[in-house]
Amino acid sequence: MESFEYLAPRTLAEAFAALGNGKRSLMLAGGTDVIVQLRENRRSCDQLIDLKHIPELMAVDIRADGGLDIGAAVPLAELYGNRDIARRWPGLVDAASIIGGRAIQSRASFGGNLCNASPAADSSPSLMAHGAVLTIASAGGTRTVPVDEFFAGPGRSVLQPGEVLLRVSIPPQPARSAVFYHRFIPRNEMDIAVASAGVRLVLDESGDRIASARVALGAVAATPIMVPAAAEAVVGQAPVADTFAKAGEAASAAAQPITDMRGSAAQRKHLVSVLTVRAFEHALQRIREGR
Amino acid sequence: MTTVDRPPYRIVGTRPIRHDGIDKVTGRAKYANDVQIPGHLHARFLRSPHAHARILSIDTSRAEALPGVFAVVTGKDFPEVSAVLREQTEGAMANMGLLSRHIMARDKAWFRGHAVAAVAADSPHRAEEALKLIEVRYELLPPVLDALEAMKPDAPIVIDGLVTNTSRTTRAGGILGPGEDGPQSNVATTFVMELGDLANGFEEADIILERDYHTTAAHQGYIEPQAATAFWSTDHQLTIWTSTQGPFAVRDNTAAILKLSPGQVKVVPAEIGGGFGAKLNITIEPVAALLAMKCGRPVKLAVSRLEVFEAMGPASPAYVHLRMGITNEGRITAADTRLIFEAGAIPGSPVPGAANCMFSPYNIANGRIEGIDVVVNKPKTLSYRAPGAPSGAYAVEQMLDEFAAMLGKDPIELRLLNAAHEGDRRINGVACGSMGFQETLEAAAATDHYRSPIEGPWRGRGVAAGFWGNATGPASVIAGLLPDGRVSYIEGSVDIGGTRTTAAMMFAEAVGMPVTDVRPSVADTDSIGFTSNTGGSSVTFKQGWAAYEAAQDLKRQLIERAAKTWDVPVDRVRYEAGVCTNLDDEAKTLTTNQIAARMNGTGGPIIGHATVVPRGVAGGFAVHIADVEVDPATGKVTLTRYSCVQDVGTAIHPGYVEGQMQGGAAQGIGWAINEEYVYNAEGRMENSSFLDYRMPTALDLPPIETHLVEVPNPGHPFGVRGVGEAAFVPPLPAMANAVAHALGTRMYDLPMSPRRVLEALARQ
Ligand SMILES: Cc1cc2nc3c(=O)[nH]c(=O)nc-3n(C[C@H](O)[C@H](O)[C@H](O)COP(=O)(O)OP(=O)(O)OC[C@H]3O[C@@H](n4cnc5c(N)ncnc54)[C@H](O)[C@@H]3O)c2cc1C
Repeated sequence: MESFEYLAPRTLAEAFAALGNGKRSLMLAGGTDVIVQLRENRRSCDQLIDLKHIPELMAVDIRADGGLDIGAAVPLAELYGNRDIARRWPGLVDAASIIGGRAIQSRASFGGNLCNASPAADSSPSLMAHGAVLTIASAGGTRTVPVDEFFAGPGRSVLQPGEVLLRVSIPPQPARSAVFYHRFIPRNEMDIAVASAGVRLVLDESGDRIASARVALGAVAATPIMVPAAAEAVVGQAPVADTFAKAGEAASAAAQPITDMRGSAAQRKHLVSVLTVRAFEHALQRIREGR
Repeated sequence: MTTVDRPPYRIVGTRPIRHDGIDKVTGRAKYANDVQIPGHLHARFLRSPHAHARILSIDTSRAEALPGVFAVVTGKDFPEVSAVLREQTEGAMANMGLLSRHIMARDKAWFRGHAVAAVAADSPHRAEEALKLIEVRYELLPPVLDALEAMKPDAPIVIDGLVTNTSRTTRAGGILGPGEDGPQSNVATTFVMELGDLANGFEEADIILERDYHTTAAHQGYIEPQAATAFWSTDHQLTIWTSTQGPFAVRDNTAAILKLSPGQVKVVPAEIGGGFGAKLNITIEPVAALLAMKCGRPVKLAVSRLEVFEAMGPASPAYVHLRMGITNEGRITAADTRLIFEAGAIPGSPVPGAANCMFSPYNIANGRIEGIDVVVNKPKTLSYRAPGAPSGAYAVEQMLDEFAAMLGKDPIELRLLNAAHEGDRRINGVACGSMGFQETLEAAAATDHYRSPIEGPWRGRGVAAGFWGNATGPASVIAGLLPDGRVSYIEGSVDIGGTRTTAAMMFAEAVGMPVTDVRPSVADTDSIGFTSNTGGSSVTFKQGWAAYEAAQDLKRQLIERAAKTWDVPVDRVRYEAGVCTNLDDEAKTLTTNQIAARMNGTGGPIIGHATVVPRGVAGGFAVHIADVEVDPATGKVTLTRYSCVQDVGTAIHPGYVEGQMQGGAAQGIGWAINEEYVYNAEGRMENSSFLDYRMPTALDLPPIETHLVEVPNPGHPFGVRGVGEAAFVPPLPAMANAVAHALGTRMYDLPMSPRRVLEALARQ
């Protein structure tokens, strides 16, 4: 690990000034990715800019319209530790509560998980299933990007130099809907997803038919992916095993995984089908249990 | 349970709090990386990015010129040491010439991660900066990464000049001398052991099975990476603070490699954050020493987890070909095996460990074992708990499970039918000594676990047995009486399993004093007599003997002092539980405390001591029972219940014995299910972190049940037999048997990871 400077701006303006000072910068939220990467000489920088002292990035706001705004650097433990959030957005807790262990979750953030842009990151499919929108800020102003369109490749996003991810916004969720996210790992904790699936299931007023769905997969392509075909396969159908199996097949067909030390391509193609089916079943159970 | 009436011990068999416990749980214990010698420098390694390459040149001039850099060493700074085999403690042999080249590359890099240079600088960052300024020119050579590949006639030769040693023609070092010519090979050693008449044995058999098994490399999983600090004083004395299981081996081997005299080297062992066999021999100490010698400053060299994975060496992967014959009644008539073990870059895999252990639970009249040690372009493999034995058991115990199913016999019953007994001759020629295998099998059959049903789809139960021979060696103790009657108990065995407490318990038992009044500590190599490595499950055995002898010495001196005080002959003094009684006048007594308070006036300090090389070592047996459930959709194996039953001699501290059994089981379960070294074609390990090298976490294991079977060893004053390694032998086959029953199909190679289980199901 080479030596670098540490900066802790108190405002966004200070952060942008630092970003513009000509030095090679990296941003620091929880540091659970970036510090490891620096220590292992996988990345280097002249200065590390800590974002945790900027109020906007540490704010959590349950909006009056039923939406939720999460500052990009808010630690995960703060999300699932908040009883309102845990009750109303269990699909977020699915992701927040499995990233690393307690110690990691007390530091790590959704913002860091997204900006690190790992195809296997746990927050991405969950946020995609929720239809989350990202607000990105720079010295020149802010812009918004749907999380589905944020990723550009392994370790790459649409963030431009000088831009900071400000917050993650969860829009109000439809009635009779639930999100469920899970991953497959060989162990029971402390592992990176071999494959993962997040789904949102929305039932129609009768409760017997599927009104709409969102299906997102992790670790089976260069970025997390949405699978519209899996959603189309279930819309208008009864929420039963045969229907979910069709979504599983579509998920498997859409997956373009690689073989690496964490799993083989064939295994991943198979797993996303299993995970998609089981995610639908769990989401359905959440709706039925009124969660 | 215990099989014989044992003496009415007061301390042995109790569970006192460990003497080092408070320091460890409060973070005050000092590990090797905590050592801070004023003014010390920080050192880092430059390592080969290639698995096999000729080193054409190394230019260190720019690194040396960087301000803050105090010393740079490369292979050319190391003295030439002979490649003639050198005897180690416990009869192990080491080739110092090859070991030296493994510690620092000379003309060739043998594996990715092979050290090619090291830098000492005033900060770790500066040392890393300096590494980037070292220019190494390599000529790439094709790597060979697998033992079977390395045995092919056209395989690239890893070590220039290596020729094959056989049990008949042992050749010094196995290396061609200057000007000598001969067929070079990656096969370092082959040997054969034979007993009885193999052909006849197979003829007597009604069923013969023949199978190939493969076990993968496994990391010992010690939490603490290697770290060493060295200081070379102006009067040419070298001091090394390090994390080791064998401070005397570090002393002797560092001296040999640096061409110093052992008396010039003092090794101070720190508390150790796990070793499991990987810290028995030197890995980085000579480099820290050479840097310190070059610049005259203390130098600390600490490696990262990545370096541990890439350069420190796992347990050997092994190919086991096995053929066994059995009668319809279930009697094993013949066993024939060929063991091919990957040694890593230099010879010395634990293939003899597998050969000596795999059939030892059973009485087999006709057998043949062929062992082959092969070098490849990976780091030298290192010991890992019962080195070699788990791979051998993986084959034998799975085949017995297949036999049991074919014969419709209960697997424990089949093992009981073939169990060896004292006096039976093993295939390696050794006759079985005191042993409690039958008792262990019977205890396993009687457990609640074994008697409970296992039902439902995708569930299975596996049983397997295992043996470890246990070791002994020299041990030394100094037991100094303190003025308040306590004892400063100084020993030479590094404590990795609570052994300073068990030694103190045995000493206190023998003296008849409270264990809390014994203050045990581990000394440096100048302050205590030679003590062999903390390895081979030898420590409680040999330190128990030393404790017993030192206690007798101390008691003799207490009696002498009392006799002198009363002016009576020593045979008129009775010693019992800390009190000397004058037999001529029984009202007169002297307690140890009273003698201690006045010892300087009655003849000077009282110090009991012992140096022993004890015989009478006895092997240990373990039987494990595993229940698993498999998710057929994902291939994930979940362990639902696990029991360890083991012949533990006398459990000095039952809590530590249970800990050894549970630890051995946990490590073996991990190896069975998920652990593996994944190499790419160029020889780079792809999963070189604890994130991707998947050892089990607490959430992956059920509570592990332990059943202690105490068959005391008659060759030990307290009946001790080693317990740390036998516990690591059965898990691989116990898990394999359980998974085979759950799946309805058997896997003959490791790990039984989700991907590979799915593949096995797809093949079915
Ligand atoms: C032991 C361990 C276990 C882990 N387990 C998991 C797991 O199970 N699942 C999983 O998905 N991940 C896991 N991770 C990875 C990591 O913890 C997560 O990705 C985490 O969410 C990263 O968040 P952070 O706040 O720590 O990010 P940081 O490390 O602070 O930042 C990550 C990257 O994002 C950039 N960045 C951060 N915030 C911003 C911002 N607001 N704007 C622009 N760029 C920004 C940083 O510069 C850096 O490049 C694990 C890591 C460890 C060490």
